[in-house]
Amino acid sequence: MTDRRQFMLSASAAALAAALPGSLLAQEATRIGFVYVSPIGDAGWTYQHDLARKELEASLGSKVQTRFVENVAEGADAERVIREFAASGHKIVFATSFGYMNYVERVARQFPNVTFLHATGYKSGRNFGNYNARFYEGRYLNGVIAGRMTKSKILGYVGAFPIPEVLQGINAFTLGAKSVNPDIEVRVIWVNSWYDPGKEREAAMTLISQGADVVTQHTDSTAVVQAAEERGVYAFGYHSDMSKYGPKAHLTATTHHWGEFYTRTVNAVLAGTWKAENIWGGFKDGMVRLAPLNPAIPAAVQAEVKALEEKLTAGTFHPFTGPIVDQAGKERLSAGAVMDDVALGKMDFFVQGVASRLPNTR
Amino acid sequence: MLRLEPRTEASRLMQWCSPLLAATLTLLAGLAIFWLLDKDPLEGLHYFLISPVKDLYGVSELLLKATPLMLCAIGLAVGFRANVWNIGAEGQFMLGAVGASGVALYFAESDSALILPAMLLAGALAGALWAAIPAFLRTRFSANEILVSLMLVYVAQLFVSWLVFGPWRDPMGFGFPQTAMFHDAALLPTLLDGTRLHLGFVFALGALALGYVFMNRSYTGFKMRVAGEAAEAARYAGFSARRVIWIGLLSGGAAAGVAGMAEVAGPMGQLTDKLNFGYGFAAIIVAFVGRLHAFGILLASLLMALLYIGGEQAQQYMNLPSSISMVFQGLLLFFLLGSDVFIHYRLRIGRARA
Repeated sequence: MTDRRQFMLSASAAALAAALPGSLLAQEATRIGFVYVSPIGDAGWTYQHDLARKELEASLGSKVQTRFVENVAEGADAERVIREFAASGHKIVFATSFGYMNYVERVARQFPNVTFLHATGYKSGRNFGNYNARFYEGRYLNGVIAGRMTKSKILGYVGAFPIPEVLQGINAFTLGAKSVNPDIEVRVIWVNSWYDPGKEREAAMTLISQGADVVTQHTDSTAVVQAAEERGVYAFGYHSDMSKYGPKAHLTATTHHWGEFYTRTVNAVLAGTWKAENIWGGFKDGMVRLAPLNPAIPAAVQAEVKALEEKLTAGTFHPFTGPIVDQAGKERLSAGAVMDDVALGKMDFFVQGVASRLPNTR
Repeated sequence: MLRLEPRTEASRLMQWCSPLLAATLTLLAGLAIFWLLDKDPLEGLHYFLISPVKDLYGVSELLLKATPLMLCAIGLAVGFRANVWNIGAEGQFMLGAVGASGVALYFAESDSALILPAMLLAGALAGALWAAIPAFLRTRFSANEILVSLMLVYVAQLFVSWLVFGPWRDPMGFGFPQTAMFHDAALLPTLLDGTRLHLGFVFALGALALGYVFMNRSYTGFKMRVAGEAAEAARYAGFSARRVIWIGLLSGGAAAGVAGMAEVAGPMGQLTDKLNFGYGFAAIIVAFVGRLHAFGILLASLLMALLYIGGEQAQQYMNLPSSISMVFQGLLLFFLLGSDVFIHYRLRIGRARA
């Protein structure tokens, strides 16, 4: 009896094993590929994605095996790397830069059984989702701190390129600062590169020489924080906690956290419940956080920031709540209204309070 | 005692053996590096040299990656032979991409079969035009073409950036720096179904053939060689130094421009601000490893492409850092320069006889 039942059990297990893809029963680790746009380094955009990859490995253990390729140019090479992952049995591919979008789309069509996730783009498909984070939420909080800490009332911002994501950050920073200190102005210098420590440093030095006593950057290196430390002014980190590059200067940082999202996504794919979505997470989803606040920030300001952070986490406050007025004095959002994601995604203006002009305004 | 003794005549044998020697030494050094990194050296070489070409798709990718290298390198070789040092193929590549994109965007509504030839022409002309700046400054004001052509790379990059952030930005592209995707009539047809290998590869082979005929079989090519090897003799023979400079730079610019055209009309399908792939710079290595000869450049560009793709695979399968490709390229150039010493010198054991 027992023997027979056992036999029946193992027979049905064998039938099941034959019916299901091998990976599920044989406990073979699901292979996951990551494509990085820059070297991992020790701070920055790619570094945060790689931290998340390690978190994913730590939380799912032997169920997954991850591989990555760093420094992949956003051109023809990207398609080959993404395709190679898919063709060599990787079940999920995370492509972590905007310029990979069209290549992911093409490979996703060729490999319908592989799941593709693309960061910061706007296309998706049946097996191809995209994800991004509301970095501007952290920027608003940075702005509040900057507005409270500045004496010169001039804030400096080093930007890479005037794309919507960067403009959201600059505008949120300005709105945050103006909310507590209406007289501030934000000056922006574009360096036309995501990673160029030399130019970033030069831009920061110029801003500081123009009187900025709080600076920040939307670029990939730690040069601006280091420059601030050297000149004795304040700075905010971005992507990663950059406090070790400027212990005195570094007030806090808007940091990126993809780990939970990666774990959640992989679990959903493994369970067969994943569906292509456009994910845009913020404080509420744990995808954006603030690095520990510098003790130089007065307790009252710390409490003010904490309260705002709780509101962002609870979803009861949106940095882009009207009235929002652009540089030309035109009202872009009426009082009380909240900017929707489509308008945010297409942002192409500076708000009032930014002193610099936007290049290429038509 | 080991010593180097000058040869009375450059060794033709060493001229061709030197790249082979360099390739062998690169391999050996590569094995040592894998071993030092605690990786299985044979596995390392497998992923570097064999895995990328394990199937037809892999071979097609190798040829695709080699295409811009071939084009840029053969154009540069024409100038290099005559001691005209165009270091700016990278910028001429970008301008070629811009020229071709301009045609594709302007005729976005048209399905005419003439669009691709027009893009090819526009790419070549735009690349040549960019190279004409250092040519003009050199012939008119004796400005060093190395500096001017190199600096123009950065100008080209900013020009591309301005275009894709401004007038050519895709209105449906959410403000990202990119043009609209090209329509089918503006895309190069693929040569093999299911791969990305496109007609641009044929352009590259054509350019190599043209380069061979020009450099090795034509009188102008001969004059350029003489100008490079013995400038005084060339002047005595009445060859125009200006003409040599113009031809050297324009052919480099046109070929790099075609490479840029093939990149946007091929695997990219649009113009973006991320055009700084380094093909124009890598092509300098390719041209020298290939001995400034069409056939050599063919082989050298394949080798270089293999190092790029092998480096990706070494990361993908062995968790090696991305710099591994650069290390291999550096080794190759280092050993080549080292081996080249033996073209003009021979190694002797023992003391020199008086």
